[in-house]
Amino acid sequence: MSTRITVTVNGQAVTRDVEGRTLLVHFLRDTLSLTGTHVGCDTSNCGACTILMDGQAVKSCSMLAAQADGAEITTVEGLSQNGEMHPIQEGFREEHGLQCGFCTPGMMMAAVDLLKNNSNPSEQEIREALEGNFCRCTGYHNIVKSIQYAAKKINEPEKEVA
Amino acid sequence: MIPNKVDYVRADSVDDALSLMAQHGMDAKLLAGGHSLIPAMKLRLNAPGILIDIRKLSELRYIKNDGGRLIIGAGSTHHDIVTSELAGQAYHMLPEAADLIGDPQVRNMGTLGGSLAHADPAADWPGVMIAAHAHIHLKGPDGERTVAADDFFTGFYSTALQDNEILTAVSIPIPAAGTRSTYQKFMQPASRFAIVGVAAAASVKDGKIEHISVAVNGLADAAFRATNIEEALLGQAPTAANIEEAVKGTGSDVMVMADHFASEEYRLHLAQVYAKRALLAITQ
Repeated sequence: MSTRITVTVNGQAVTRDVEGRTLLVHFLRDTLSLTGTHVGCDTSNCGACTILMDGQAVKSCSMLAAQADGAEITTVEGLSQNGEMHPIQEGFREEHGLQCGFCTPGMMMAAVDLLKNNSNPSEQEIREALEGNFCRCTGYHNIVKSIQYAAKKINEPEKEVA
Repeated sequence: MIPNKVDYVRADSVDDALSLMAQHGMDAKLLAGGHSLIPAMKLRLNAPGILIDIRKLSELRYIKNDGGRLIIGAGSTHHDIVTSELAGQAYHMLPEAADLIGDPQVRNMGTLGGSLAHADPAADWPGVMIAAHAHIHLKGPDGERTVAADDFFTGFYSTALQDNEILTAVSIPIPAAGTRSTYQKFMQPASRFAIVGVAAAASVKDGKIEHISVAVNGLADAAFRATNIEEALLGQAPTAANIEEAVKGTGSDVMVMADHFASEEYRLHLAQVYAKRALLAITQ
């Protein structure tokens, strides 16, 4: 038995038939070819598969595509607007927030959720917000700096962030 | 890892879910946040034939104050409880414990009802519910009933919930003014499940402990009330020495779990340390 779902992914409504067991991450990667969302540990520990569902960061490896029916999904591909990088993407570039890059999409999506609720987080708050995301290059310091950069950019978009 | 083949149906209401459960019997599993069930299905530890999705039922997702009781719908996420002023006003340990579950992404999906029905011995909510004197509301084909949290957790992943029932809410009597509470846990660093967690609530009047409620999870196959601590401290002054003495023997009458993270002896030690910390935090 398949289930027909309609999901708005990065602003675009898509309707597909999915198997009950299809995980959201596989729907995004294999059905929609949005391979920016990564499968890391596949056990809901590492956070590489983090996406936004109705604005909240969730782990797409631990939910079914069918559960996302009717939801608005944002993946890393949906962060940039009109060819302009999202402040979090700019932050990761400017502050060398990635090494191998595997955890980066999940880190950025978790950070977007944090900054939406707390536009001026302390370093401690950023580290706590990243509890669900692992960087096996251990590049956490620069990830934190990247998020601080993005916070400044969001709060003062006109000002050049040093 | 992709789970076994499974059918999926979304229930329109709790009653619809109950009739779907009756129709499919043991082949069906309720799906809410799915953060215990889906990982278990991926590991083939669980292979239901059909999932009945109740995550979007608004009748299960609310937090309200109802005549001296705090009622939390079973579909409330951990994040809902972290951010609920009503929950925090009733017991500080409610948002405090919620905020220690998993990580932000898990808290956005995982639900209170799912955690309680799953009854992982290392979950955080069971101890908090016992310490808060919560009642668990269950609805089945024959109507509704409530079970005290003290009687709800019956063992390893086992509860008083029957196969044909849905856990719909918890109700918590709002404690007397001046009651303080906390949830303190020593967590497994990867899963963030409790190796030992202690939920405690107490009020102090004229230098003596007037009310006290303490529960422990992570230590045994099910969360339990630490009656040894409650009996030792009720009516006593909450001095560090009295608390130190009261927590001795915590867990001596339960079957203590052990695994490669923490031995039995270590868990028993942690239970005393965390009980002491919790009680000092709310009585000084």
